[in-house]
Amino acid sequence: MTGSDLIGMMILAAGLFAIGLFGVLARRGILFQLVALEVALSGPALAFVAAGAYHADPQGQGMLILVLTLAAAEVAVGLALLLRIRRTAGSDDSDVISGMKG
Amino acid sequence: MSLWLAIYAGGFALVSAAIAVTRPNAVHALLYLVVMLLALAVAFFALGAAFAAVLLILIYAGAIVVLFVFVVMTLPISPESITRERAGLRGAWPLPLLLSVLILAPFLFGEFGIAGNTAAAPVSAQQVGRLLFGPWALAVELASLLLLAGLVGVRHIGRSDRSPGGRP
Repeated sequence: MTGSDLIGMMILAAGLFAIGLFGVLARRGILFQLVALEVALSGPALAFVAAGAYHADPQGQGMLILVLTLAAAEVAVGLALLLRIRRTAGSDDSDVISGMKG
Repeated sequence: MSLWLAIYAGGFALVSAAIAVTRPNAVHALLYLVVMLLALAVAFFALGAAFAAVLLILIYAGAIVVLFVFVVMTLPISPESITRERAGLRGAWPLPLLLSVLILAPFLFGEFGIAGNTAAAPVSAQQVGRLLFGPWALAVELASLLLLAGLVGVRHIGRSDRSPGGRP
């Protein structure tokens, strides 16, 4: 694996992150925004693993485990919030609930 | 030439991600998310990170997507959505067909062999464990605290207001 291969993997990781960011910004349903957030988080995961493979260092996979933990906690809290918002506001459109105060 | 497999699987994950974030149907988006995660796991495997690949399948595709499915199951299914689904099925085959052909391509053109050397020096699970429970023990503790905070937060947010004995 040469440096240009690492740059190729980094471009792929950046593309994954960009697609996820586009999804978070463009979608309105909260569930779809959470899915797009998962896509966005997988970009840095690929970058960490590719860099760890380039340097033959286990720290890349260690960071991937921390990213997985973060994603699990974030999805659990986000989905609980989604259920709660749908129960109280009667909608899961992030435009509808963006007007709330306090 | 396993590096080509890594780049190919990464590009495959890119295509699946682009499809996943543009689906109007929640279940379709989740299925393409699973396809993206499996392609990413293949890329990790080709990069010599077999432990990371297995972890990605177990935790992401096995646990996190199940959480999503639980929430999708609480959505009400109306008769209109079923008829819309049936009408949409007529034009729904090109994208899955494209992904299936793409996933078959490395086998059809057998030049991306998985066997043999990987793209980089493989990092074993033993090395990762030695890192996590040695110099990174504090990070593991912080991750466990994060999971505990998430658990308590979900318990607090998801509590029903009318539950007997629970505070309002």
